[in-house]
Amino acid sequence: MADNTVNLTIDDKAVVAPKGMNLIEAAKLVGIEIPHYCYHPKLCIAGNCRMCLVDVGMPKLGADRKPEIGSDGKMVVMFGPKLVIGCNTTVADGMVVLTKSPKVVKAREGVMEFLLINHPLDCPICDQAGECRLQEFSVDYGKAESRFVEEKVHKPKKTALNAKITLDDERCILCSRCIRFMRDVAGQDCLGFIQRGSHSTLTCYLGNEPKTNYDLNIVDICPVGALTSNDFRFQQRVWFLKQTKSICPNCATGCNTVIWSREDVVYRQTPRDNNDVNQCWMCDYGRINYKFINDPHRLTTPSVKSATLGQRVNLTWPEAIRQVVDKLRAAKRDSLAVIGSARATTEELYLLKKFSPSFAAYIPRVGTGDNFLLNTDRNPNAAGAMLTGFSSDYSVIADGIADGKIKTLIVLGEDAIVPELLAKLELLIVLDILPGKTTEAAHYILPGVTFAEKSGTFINAKNRIQRLNPAIPPLVGTKPEHLILSALLAELGGKRYATIQEVFADMTRDVPALAGLNLSKIGDSGVEVKS
Amino acid sequence: MLVQRPKLTFWERLYLPQVLQGLWQTLSHIPRKKFTRQYPEEKPPLYGKYRGAPELVRDPDGRVKCVACQLCEFVCPPKAIRVVPGFRKEGASDASVEKEPSDFIINMNRCIFCGFCEEVCPEEAIFLLRDFSVSGYSREEMQFHKDKLLELGGVREDKIQKWKNK
Repeated sequence: MADNTVNLTIDDKAVVAPKGMNLIEAAKLVGIEIPHYCYHPKLCIAGNCRMCLVDVGMPKLGADRKPEIGSDGKMVVMFGPKLVIGCNTTVADGMVVLTKSPKVVKAREGVMEFLLINHPLDCPICDQAGECRLQEFSVDYGKAESRFVEEKVHKPKKTALNAKITLDDERCILCSRCIRFMRDVAGQDCLGFIQRGSHSTLTCYLGNEPKTNYDLNIVDICPVGALTSNDFRFQQRVWFLKQTKSICPNCATGCNTVIWSREDVVYRQTPRDNNDVNQCWMCDYGRINYKFINDPHRLTTPSVKSATLGQRVNLTWPEAIRQVVDKLRAAKRDSLAVIGSARATTEELYLLKKFSPSFAAYIPRVGTGDNFLLNTDRNPNAAGAMLTGFSSDYSVIADGIADGKIKTLIVLGEDAIVPELLAKLELLIVLDILPGKTTEAAHYILPGVTFAEKSGTFINAKNRIQRLNPAIPPLVGTKPEHLILSALLAELGGKRYATIQEVFADMTRDVPALAGLNLSKIGDSGVEVKS
Repeated sequence: MLVQRPKLTFWERLYLPQVLQGLWQTLSHIPRKKFTRQYPEEKPPLYGKYRGAPELVRDPDGRVKCVACQLCEFVCPPKAIRVVPGFRKEGASDASVEKEPSDFIINMNRCIFCGFCEEVCPEEAIFLLRDFSVSGYSREEMQFHKDKLLELGGVREDKIQKWKNK
């Protein structure tokens, strides 16, 4: 292995870095930050921002080709006459790098001053404020005062790049990250610079606006507020938002995400780094599809369809559980079926399966995919449903209801069976978050919670088990499904689970593929499951 | 601890001189200038840098100066401020500012008149003006909304109008 690594020194720290690594990444290994704008680990190197300038030297070699030792007993280092950029300089054996020398500090101050010359004083209205690299580096490496007294260059502001993104050219620092992302990752070469010098402007050719499913990633990678997402525009300042690590529930890829919430409201979703799943990107379809969390039509009270009153009657939770348990006791076990959603967590599906040994199915959900992140399977947890004993063939249940073999049905978050069939059932219990045809037909509705309000796990298309974390508390009146199901099971004579960990522990015993796992082992980035 | 009681003299034990001394003190105040103010009919004079309730101001052109950056909400120690960010009206004379609060709520029950909001404001849009006795008949009435705050704040004369020529 020694052949593939090089030894170098960065700010008096010895670094062992793999060959071919650049200085920014090598410095990161020992916890030294080299500030940069245009460099992004997942994009090609442009080297145009000049923020990552560092002092690089090599040991002076004597006539014997050995490093010369100076009078102070230290190796003599010959530094280059000019600074070099850290992003496009690869590590070399014996290299000595200074990231805080006076020359470097001066250069950074200069770069910062140039970048800020034409930058507008938009911070109070800029959505990037609080997570802006220009603000951060200005504090860390810039000067406190501006010497610029001339008129700033004015460029187009508040222009619509496409329906999803607003472009403010005055704020742009011309790092070209978005250009490279759209060309190399999203596969649509649409953005570019026009004009010259300080009049350089980011734009796209008319009719060639970004129209891929990955456009909003350029908002994430934009180091300043030039590109802002219309969905998040002027919604909330980022410093108020709590970040919760989660998983995107919109397809079987299971992109790692961060949910940004304040109090009980989710404001946005952004991708989270995981090289085994989504690198650091996510698709727009998944990113925007979170609005149902704060939907005003959410179900918020358990209710029963009263035969005598002919309408729905709200119940308290203890009363609802008692009535449902009574009805389930009376029902025959072999005429009971369950439909689990493959959008539910593995734990919920595991508990749901316990109600019915014979009939358990999930509803497959297929859409068009691409070869990047969006999977054709739009269920985030189809693998989990199959592992816990659900089949994808739900026509068996539909036929069973038609034949009269199935008289009792528990539905967890799905809306697939036609109402005519549902009307034939003697007992229909529905756990869901939003009203639909199935909840309309339900005898009992038990309101559950969305993915942002619960703990649990999803197993993605590549059999990787990943964890959800609750970002906001359950909506008033609702309960996490695993607690509802375990309350019902406990009343029916099963075990009472107080926490998700207990459910998971039992599940690892019953599902061989999950043996030996626990929630902390899954961690933030997930682990692969034996299939 | 044992406290030794001082031995009182005859005059002191008699009590009368002390009573007379007190009475003289009272009588001597009668001809002096009156100290009591008939509040609320009579308002106290406020000195120049007096910090009253925080209020929103408009610039000389009548534009709402606040751009809903929410720094005051962030800095407010008793969490009395709540800003609901929104958009400036498309096509209006101040449309170049892009952002304004669609509502701005100060809970005057909570406000401690510390002045942090005024200090942190990058737009000089909120000032602690001279209203010191904010009162209401209910908690709801003590939530001052944007319209009320702007009405109380009035217009602030200042030379720098950052957004005017944007």
